[in-house]
Amino acid sequence: MALTTDDVARLAKLARIELSEAELEHLAPQLDVILESVASVQQVAGPDIEPTSHALPLTNVFREDEVRPSLPREDVLAGAPAAEEERFRVPRILGEEA
Amino acid sequence: MSELLHRTAAELAAGIAAGEHSSEEVTRAHLDRIEAVDEVVHAFLHVDGERALEAARAVDAKVAAGEPLGPLAGVPLGLKDVLTMRGAPTTCGSRMLRDWHPPYDATVTRRLLEAGLVVLGKTNMDEFAMGSSTENSAYGPTRNPWDTSRIPGGSGGGSAAALAAFEAPLTIGTDTGGSIRQPAAVTGTVGVKPTYGGTSRYGLVALASSLDQPGPCARTVLDAALLHQVIAGHDPLDSTSIDAPVPDVVTAARSGDVAGMRIGVVRELGGEGYAPGVEQRFTEAVELLSGLGAEVVEVSCPSFDAALGAYYLIMPSEASSNLARFDAMRFGLRVGDDGTRSAEEVMNLTREAGFGAEVKRRIIIGTYALSSGYYDAYYGSAQKVRTLIKRDFDAAFERCDVLVSPTTPSTPWPLGERVDDPLAMYKADLCTLPSNLAGNAAASFPAGLAPEDGLPVGLQVMAPPMADDRLYRVGAALERALTEQWGGPLLNRIPQLQEVSA
Repeated sequence: MALTTDDVARLAKLARIELSEAELEHLAPQLDVILESVASVQQVAGPDIEPTSHALPLTNVFREDEVRPSLPREDVLAGAPAAEEERFRVPRILGEEA
Repeated sequence: MSELLHRTAAELAAGIAAGEHSSEEVTRAHLDRIEAVDEVVHAFLHVDGERALEAARAVDAKVAAGEPLGPLAGVPLGLKDVLTMRGAPTTCGSRMLRDWHPPYDATVTRRLLEAGLVVLGKTNMDEFAMGSSTENSAYGPTRNPWDTSRIPGGSGGGSAAALAAFEAPLTIGTDTGGSIRQPAAVTGTVGVKPTYGGTSRYGLVALASSLDQPGPCARTVLDAALLHQVIAGHDPLDSTSIDAPVPDVVTAARSGDVAGMRIGVVRELGGEGYAPGVEQRFTEAVELLSGLGAEVVEVSCPSFDAALGAYYLIMPSEASSNLARFDAMRFGLRVGDDGTRSAEEVMNLTREAGFGAEVKRRIIIGTYALSSGYYDAYYGSAQKVRTLIKRDFDAAFERCDVLVSPTTPSTPWPLGERVDDPLAMYKADLCTLPSNLAGNAAASFPAGLAPEDGLPVGLQVMAPPMADDRLYRVGAALERALTEQWGGPLLNRIPQLQEVSA
């Protein structure tokens, strides 16, 4: 299994990271080595072994459905890249043709 | 260098409570030290002297008024820059969060402030806690005070170096695969990863949620225990927080009695690939514990050989999901928002500019491991290995009270040596990451200097979940015996850093 620059470009697209040709060339062999070294995990456990997602058993945690104070709006918007009319301002979401 | 800087946190707190010195004096001494050496060490990303002195004076006022104080009140501390604190930036060592001010305090932060600890500032780290050398910080690496041409470990290199450079007597770290323990080992300091769920993750910017755990870093075992006591305990704001009493770590640290304790040496964590000085100091530490009445046995945990592979699938998978929140919309960096580009284009450009190389590597590995067609082979297989590792620990803890190993296979390496060799970098975590996968408690304690290079070596101790007190019992026994042997703490032998006069 060799990870090509095309594969990395596809994964970067899924991960929403723009990568230059130079970065793709640099990353692909590194990622290939990493994946090759971790691939052996496939041979370790038999089909009868249950997967573990968390170290310790999890139980769902509930609280009363009561209104509680939230973070102050101005404090939250102060950390935003752009805000307008007490809201987050974001770039257009729809394409030109929409 | 002020004589106050060499005191333990316990001594400083006692002196503050007794009026022998004020918290303001102690805080000022540490701020002066930071001023004098941090240009070289670069343990801190942000220092707020005014705020620290104000907090110190508030403690001093309470002392004057005869108000009851916690056991660490007035003692200065460095907080890893992955935990939020209002009034200061939280950057996680990333360009993505440059100058970002969080709107709330992490639970760990809140408990520190309520206990009267004085936060000096935020400590440097690998970007989003991804790394073993602190070289992945977007703001430049931290240097190891033992040899400033070498790495201080990572991701919490700033927290460990601050202790070794006497810039702070206490710091907080977080440990996902060894980020508290490995830096502690290579700087000759103490670092503890509590049982998963023992300390709250609320306000900790997540790397891998099923592995991340905040914990105490200090120069002595008792100081770490006192800090552990302050930050640990149930938190309703973290759904994985354990609702049970905190193990009595302070009593264990004061006792240090290992007579009759069963200590297991893990066969798989040693041998080929381990530096001779690391193995030598490890063997001596085990013999020392045996001489103090502990019963030493060898145990085998065969699945640990697969831990590195499992970890480097599970951690990037969780990271790729957690770091999806950095989408340029609600906080942090935004690039290319020129009115013509769509939200998705802005997102792609921002993540390109905001994340460093290692973060990109891990996000892409995680995206691959979770993508359809590969999920079962990679993420699914890794989760099964996690089951086997847990079983190995369970079997070993049937026979032993604690397990021991070197903390990391080598002493600190020169800065730059592994930057472009991710696999070599990952191997620094070989011994530490099984305990993250299984969720048990683990710690690193100073075991001496490797004869070949004179650099620090750490002993790792691993205990069953919620038996964190056993770590401190072993650590205190080792510290007491070694300090006597050395004629003082290990850090007395650290080379003097050149101070820049203010």
